[in-house]
Amino acid sequence: MENVTKRFGKVVANNAINLELHEGEILSLLGENGSGKTTLMNMLSGIYFPDEGQIYIHGEPVTIASPKDAFEHGIGMIHQHFKLVDLFTATENIILGLEGKLDIAEASKKVKEICDKYGFDIDPNQKIYDMSVSQKQTVEIVKVLYRGADILILDEPTAVLTPQETDKLFAIMRNMKADGKSLIIITHKLHEVLDVSDRVAVLRKGEYVGDVATKDADQQSLTDMMVGHTVSLNISRPEPKDVEKRLVIEGLTAYDELGVKRLDDVSFTINAGEVLGIAGVAGSGQRELLESIAGLYPVASGHVTFYPPDGGKEKELVGLDPMKIRKSGISMSFVPEDRLGMGLVGSMGMTGNMMLRSWRKGKGLFLNRKDPEALANRIWEELGVVTPSTSFPVRRMSGGNVQKVLVGREIAQSPAVLMTAYAVRGLDINTSYTIYNLLTEQKMRGVAVVYVGEDLDVLLELCDRIVVLCGGQVSGVVDARKTNKREVGALMTLVRGGNKDE
Amino acid sequence: MNKKQSLFHIAKRDTLPWYKAVLIRGGAIVLALIVCAIVTTLLTGENPIKVYSTILYGAFGTSRKSWVTFHNLAILLGISLAVTPAFKMRFWNIGAEGQVLIGCLATAACMICLGGKIPNGLLIVIMIVASVAAGALWGFLPGIFKAKWNTNETLFTLMMNYIATQLAAFFIIVWEVPKGSGKIGIINQNTEAGWLPVLGGQRYLLPILLVAILTGVMYIYLNYSKHGYEIAVVGESQRTASYAGIKVERVIVRTMILSGAICGLIGLLLTAGTDHTLTTTIVGGRGFTAVMVSWMAKFNPIMMIFTSLLIVVLSRGASEISSVFGLNHSFADILTGIILFFIIGSEFFITYKVSLRKGKKEA
Amino acid sequence: MFDLASFLPRAVMQGIPLLYGSTGEILTEKSGNLNLGIPGVMYVGGICGVIGAFFYEQSTPAADMNAFLAIGIPMLCSLLGSLLMGLLYCLLTVTLRANQNVTGLALTTFGVGIGNFFGGSLIKLTDSEVPSIALSATSAYFSKSLNVGGWFGQVFLSYGFLAYLAIVIALFASYFLKHTRTGLHLRAVGESAATADAAGINVTKYKYLATCIGSMIAGLGGLYYVMDYACGVWSNNAFGDRGWLAIALVIFTIWRPNVSVLASILFGGFYILYIFIPTGTNLAIKELYKMLPYVVTLVVLIIVSLRKKREVQPPASLGLSYFREER
Repeated sequence: MENVTKRFGKVVANNAINLELHEGEILSLLGENGSGKTTLMNMLSGIYFPDEGQIYIHGEPVTIASPKDAFEHGIGMIHQHFKLVDLFTATENIILGLEGKLDIAEASKKVKEICDKYGFDIDPNQKIYDMSVSQKQTVEIVKVLYRGADILILDEPTAVLTPQETDKLFAIMRNMKADGKSLIIITHKLHEVLDVSDRVAVLRKGEYVGDVATKDADQQSLTDMMVGHTVSLNISRPEPKDVEKRLVIEGLTAYDELGVKRLDDVSFTINAGEVLGIAGVAGSGQRELLESIAGLYPVASGHVTFYPPDGGKEKELVGLDPMKIRKSGISMSFVPEDRLGMGLVGSMGMTGNMMLRSWRKGKGLFLNRKDPEALANRIWEELGVVTPSTSFPVRRMSGGNVQKVLVGREIAQSPAVLMTAYAVRGLDINTSYTIYNLLTEQKMRGVAVVYVGEDLDVLLELCDRIVVLCGGQVSGVVDARKTNKREVGALMTLVRGGNKDE
Repeated sequence: MNKKQSLFHIAKRDTLPWYKAVLIRGGAIVLALIVCAIVTTLLTGENPIKVYSTILYGAFGTSRKSWVTFHNLAILLGISLAVTPAFKMRFWNIGAEGQVLIGCLATAACMICLGGKIPNGLLIVIMIVASVAAGALWGFLPGIFKAKWNTNETLFTLMMNYIATQLAAFFIIVWEVPKGSGKIGIINQNTEAGWLPVLGGQRYLLPILLVAILTGVMYIYLNYSKHGYEIAVVGESQRTASYAGIKVERVIVRTMILSGAICGLIGLLLTAGTDHTLTTTIVGGRGFTAVMVSWMAKFNPIMMIFTSLLIVVLSRGASEISSVFGLNHSFADILTGIILFFIIGSEFFITYKVSLRKGKKEA
Repeated sequence: MFDLASFLPRAVMQGIPLLYGSTGEILTEKSGNLNLGIPGVMYVGGICGVIGAFFYEQSTPAADMNAFLAIGIPMLCSLLGSLLMGLLYCLLTVTLRANQNVTGLALTTFGVGIGNFFGGSLIKLTDSEVPSIALSATSAYFSKSLNVGGWFGQVFLSYGFLAYLAIVIALFASYFLKHTRTGLHLRAVGESAATADAAGINVTKYKYLATCIGSMIAGLGGLYYVMDYACGVWSNNAFGDRGWLAIALVIFTIWRPNVSVLASILFGGFYILYIFIPTGTNLAIKELYKMLPYVVTLVVLIIVSLRKKREVQPPASLGLSYFREER
């Protein structure tokens, strides 16, 4: 790939990237979230079309305009989100979209052959909905091989796997390499990079940082390449005062609907008067953690104990739904990651969205519109939300304004605990600072603030303490003033089963 | 980014000034009327202006015609109002036909079995309770199954329609007058027991007034009540609803009971208010038309007055055309269909922006 | 006593229009389109056949009628009419992404209107006093059967060719869905349009084709009803709610056309059961028998949703419009 650039609107996702892949090698593509790894690979597999630049295969310039084109050039990508029809068998999924006469038995035989050749372990006639996540992934890989791909791209394949399954996958990848296939694996787990790949290419914020042979690299040098140098953001961070424990989380464990463990024995304390940062690569359990505390995610075991500010009796939150939590007098605000899908009602205006928190207030059948209207006006004014009116649907507002409405509403509940998930994702610099200041303000008022973030620079300057999650476990709790990016970065990618120091 | 697709670029609009939306919808209706005129002219050989004046005459030509038009409007509007809360919740209740009919059946049952045996006032009270309860039951069943087991509500309510139809058919024969005629005829013709009171010498007035009140109440319910708010949030996103502490299952069941209950009430108005009989076709497909009326009005009760007026005037007018030009009455359905297609199609241009792609590589 | 040999043929004749309708609707639904316009499509299929036959009969004296044309013209007209209905549905729901329920209901209103309107107007053209059109000459061609005596002939060989065609189409549709690549692709579109799209399947093309072909098959059900079952007599609204019954049959058979062959006969049997079961003077009971198909369908629908077994669920993306998200 030469000088490949892709923009989405004003955002440059990939800027003039040059990347080379040799025959029979495993290349790791390393980078933080949002560094443009997936975008780059999507251009190889025909999902996006580069705005600039040229792709060469075996020295020939090629145009890849659709996934079909990519297949014709022998490129196959295994996405993070599986594209499988649940109701079909493995074989049916594998041959989906191919042409010619349908002969399931013949196809099954060929699938079996591929499986035997590389050491996959699936039953060609098993239905997808009966399969584990790792089996589904195997189907995706076989699908690509069945079509004769010799360049395979795996987008964070280990994110959904257990360590044992990961080892198995790596063994298979080595088999494929031995067979002359070229593989690209997208990941941000350093130990995996070191384990499986021959060469590492690093992306940072859409730019190509460089590449290095794996044998010449170690965790430290890679972390440096990945996170870059510390940038000073000048976020004001007053010293916390009157710190006292507000929420104590003990041994929290939760499973998703597929039965995959999302939270694994998570324990830490959230203090009032502090901003507690939560760091971790995407999908390490951040969403599940916050939703579990808010009563929106089914908890398998563990405790969340609330210590009221007035020194009253502590309360157990596990097992309560959001309404019950609120009714028991605990004021907990939550700015979810999915702003329009969970935190707000897109088709309603600011006023309607203010009511999401207050609709039940007041006696009788009717809504109290006056107070939400007043609140909407206050937020509109104080946070400088750009909107024609308080009844203008929030869905049509820009991302920054949407977030102002959401954060503004949650703060207006005068919460004891304020949880935010990716509060500045997709926002411009100014709005981001507005949000930082609001959170700090809340902290100084004695609110226990939780900030789930992805930008380490921000976490280091905004927060007082940082809890690092890795694979649903707490891999470390650090003092944000004393730590550095390197330490947090290492904790984020800590090998599973490693030391857990509290 | 498909090469084949590159002729048009389709994107969701973020903003569309309200007047443009009105313009698109208005344009669609005008286009539809033109097509209707052409179709009518082709079939009758009359000039379109005459056709439309006949339509208007058919709807409002005489005071009797106007009354019938407004009564039809009231019934259609009433059913549309009934289905609206469910639709706002994205619950596709196409069972209004059955819910109304079961209300009619309950009403007729009370009139036949209790008529003359208890005081008329009490009878009417019982009729109201019975019809509302019957309709509510017909709404509750699909509601509870949807809430608990996610049973497809469209198919469920569809089946319930015909179960109601056959139940009605069964009782019609049980109660047929005279024996062997296969129909009931006017119930309590002599005693008028259970007939709703006639206001101001005009039997259509009561249903019209009731539906007018219902329109206002429904508007307030949907826009200003806590229930209305819950419905709107559940319809938008069930995740947001649970985030806000709304009990999604309860809202679904409660709203379907309400929806069915109002349908039952409309059934009462039909059987006890004007028709004084029970036939399997007493609802006459209005349960289905109501779906379209409500949808065209974007679930706004006030707008529904206009959309149902459009449909009713067309249908009344088309039946006038049929008799004047000697055509079949079903002509109205064809015209209604054409107008609906245009309105349904126009929504696309309100939601999406279509532009010609300039170059292949431009996204 | 219960006379099976005369009961069965009548059940079959009742069942055939439902079989056409349900086979058509199954194909349509497998592409993810819930076409509630099927009742309208069947009316249009019927009336278009009637129109074709009517003009052929008008132009040619019965004695000079050619069997090929007498059958071909109505069939072609019927197919064309229902094809147009299917196209209209696709244009609105697939291309213009309109709500499928609303579009389907509008299509039914429209189609039933067309059927009754032209039915009525043709009657006017014939200037006859009877309230229906009788196309006995054409019908004779359609309902020609082998006429073999005995119970065997009565049960198996007493139908017009359209009845056998219905069974052939249903069995073929079943084979097509299960054992051909195109069928596999079609099911993928209905299950998960996004997955199908990613696999390089042209979702729009599949939806259009499945819906239009499905409509044409359903339209034949209307044609069979007038030409064979009703002996060429069109009377308004006579077709009744068979279109909805066909949709019920789709659910009842859990989207399997081959099961539909037998199930349609069962439904047809429910429809006429009252004639064969002595009810004495209580005629009302027959209406309850007619309720049976809907009740059993509802029960099936409920059981299916309770069991949560994946194979018996409706196509996963049924009722949803699909379009690729563009960033």
